[in-house]
Amino acid sequence: MIAFRMSAFRSFVVKETRHILRDRQTLAVLLLMPVAMVLLFGFAIRTDVEDVRVVIVDPSRDARSTDLTRALASTHALRLIAVYSGLQPVEPTLRTGEANVALLLPTDFARRFERGTAEVLVMSDGANANYAATGEAYVRTVVQQWAAENGGGAPVVRVATRMRFNPTLASQNLFVPGLLAFVLTLVSALMTAISIAKEKDTGTMEVLLVSPLRPIQIVVGKVAPYLVLAFVNALTALGLAFVVFGVPVRGSLALLLAAALVYVLVSLALGVLISSRAPNQRTAMMGALLGLMLPTLALSGFIFPIASMPGWLQPVTNIVPATWFILIARGVMLKGVGLAVLWKQCLVLCAMAAILLAAGARSFNDRIE
Amino acid sequence: MRTILFIIRKETLQVLRDRIMLIQIFLPPVLQLLILAQAMTFEVKHTDLALVDLDGTPAAERLVERFTASGRFDVSVRTASGDVADEALLTREANAVLRIPAGFERDLRRGRSPEVQLILNAEDGAAAGVVQSYAGQILAAFSQAEATATRPRVGLGATRVAAVRPGVRIQTRKLYNPEGKYLAYMAIGLLASLVTIVGILLTSQNIAREKEIGALEQLNVTPITKSQFIVGKLAPFWVLGLIELTVGLLVIRLVFGIPFVGFVPLVYLGAGVYLFAALGLGLLVSTVVQTQQQAQFVTFFVLVTFFFLGGIFTPVDSMPGWAQTVAAFNPIRHFVSLLRTVLIKGGGLGDIAGGLGAMAAFAAVVLTLALLRYRKTAA
Repeated sequence: MIAFRMSAFRSFVVKETRHILRDRQTLAVLLLMPVAMVLLFGFAIRTDVEDVRVVIVDPSRDARSTDLTRALASTHALRLIAVYSGLQPVEPTLRTGEANVALLLPTDFARRFERGTAEVLVMSDGANANYAATGEAYVRTVVQQWAAENGGGAPVVRVATRMRFNPTLASQNLFVPGLLAFVLTLVSALMTAISIAKEKDTGTMEVLLVSPLRPIQIVVGKVAPYLVLAFVNALTALGLAFVVFGVPVRGSLALLLAAALVYVLVSLALGVLISSRAPNQRTAMMGALLGLMLPTLALSGFIFPIASMPGWLQPVTNIVPATWFILIARGVMLKGVGLAVLWKQCLVLCAMAAILLAAGARSFNDRIE
Repeated sequence: MRTILFIIRKETLQVLRDRIMLIQIFLPPVLQLLILAQAMTFEVKHTDLALVDLDGTPAAERLVERFTASGRFDVSVRTASGDVADEALLTREANAVLRIPAGFERDLRRGRSPEVQLILNAEDGAAAGVVQSYAGQILAAFSQAEATATRPRVGLGATRVAAVRPGVRIQTRKLYNPEGKYLAYMAIGLLASLVTIVGILLTSQNIAREKEIGALEQLNVTPITKSQFIVGKLAPFWVLGLIELTVGLLVIRLVFGIPFVGFVPLVYLGAGVYLFAALGLGLLVSTVVQTQQQAQFVTFFVLVTFFFLGGIFTPVDSMPGWAQTVAAFNPIRHFVSLLRTVLIKGGGLGDIAGGLGAMAAFAAVVLTLALLRYRKTAA
């Protein structure tokens, strides 16, 4: 009986594999999509403030104010988009987002500056809080520096910033490990989300139910061929991170790959669980996309730091698998730490895989009754 | 016209009948809006600082005090050794190192600009950037205060006044959001995403599904024209999208207590146009793919492109040039900035006209393509 079950299981896996290989178009999509995503978004997801658009309102246009304008225009992180004479209002340019920061100079700037009574106002578009704060600080520093160089006030304290564990601070590198986690988990979960639901739609579910296979065998058989596919995706994505984005792997590559394998298994199992609970393909797909995409994006620490979240929300991030993989990926790639530090995260991923597979089999079982 | 109404009626009945789907398109989005909007913040409340003060003068102390008084920094390690500070960074005892060089005060007094060093744990990208900007603000304020304090004074007693010497006083004002909060900005971005997910998901699978179950053949033999068919398909989902938006706006207004500064009907004008663009895109996907599975993957790709290249969670301004160009063709980029302009900044019709035009153009293009792609005859 056991031997029979095993051979039935083997033929089931073979059948599932053939299904995947037969549909070349879908296969191509599955393999190329992660590549395209990592390439596109690896460059685009950034939070650094490097190109602040500045408007200057300068009613006097004297030697001093034009000199200050020149100083601002030649600052690397600032882009001067317009100098207004003060007749037209400046607020609309901030409202439409045309400018991020406006610098308002008083009339008769040169004379006031000599007397030390020049008051300038730095206005910023606060809707995007981070951009506003940084842009404002940039403009302020330039004005102070300029004043100091022209004999006004005390000199400015300059700051040299060093980014540890990522000395080049290409901000894209910081997001790439998180992007890998996001893309891998969604592509993997979407692969299997349809698997069982499709059997329900096409009516082949009954055939599966009367087969001698156990629910856990069906679940594992559905996952197994996709595991190969998902791991290939993980390898290409990691390869891109290394070659294109130059993200280092300071720790053990073997540990990183092992963690990636367990991580895609978790995601595939999640897809199967959704699939076995959904009555049809459409519900399964809605569930997978709607249920996984934004929570993974928001709660994994990929873009938004977990430490910044409200206290009650921080424990919630623990149920998102990507949270754990991102910790491992950043640890191994950027900090070069090993299993001695990351054993807990690895253990959690393994436990998640086991629980999700069992839950998938179980809810499959429930449906039989 | 009557034919269109029949299709609309049929599609509406189909939507209303599918209770699971109805729950699916309202419950998770509302829950996600409630929970995720609060997770989406870059604010770093607290940074442990390792202090390497090689100067040890009152000026250095004043600088450190500015850091701690901001409430954002706490000195967790005080050391004279760079190695100890570095070790603290590795063990996460500190997340940043502030190094004040010897001669800091002397340089300040002599009118030279001293340079302090800030070393950040950049493992967590966004956080490091934010901490850097906080430090920048603190240093800018410190410089200004020192400039005022060191201005030589003349006269005696109460008549002492600052000597006439060149200088500027800088005032700052953050419009629209003086406290620098992220909730309104992110909740609105999230709402736009949720409306988009639901809208595109519903339409992108729609025709693919009818192909799979063979119902498209039946429709093809009816005397319905292609444009009637498309309009009939879109109308119910368009209404659903607006209902979804309304629910989300209520959550933002009532639960989060965020005031809407602008004229809210403008938001509906924008959403009405945007939904044509988004639903049209979903429909186009639907006509291109063969199976629901393909529809799902293409939709996923479209959605992720919308989110990451649309300036919803990370600003378009931070993107490289080519990505900013791509973003200009992204309808959600215009929609989300329209929402923020109207709701947060109180913008009027004039401020959003450009975005409306871009979305309308996008809608026209995708709807035309969908119309051309959809063939009534089975291939």
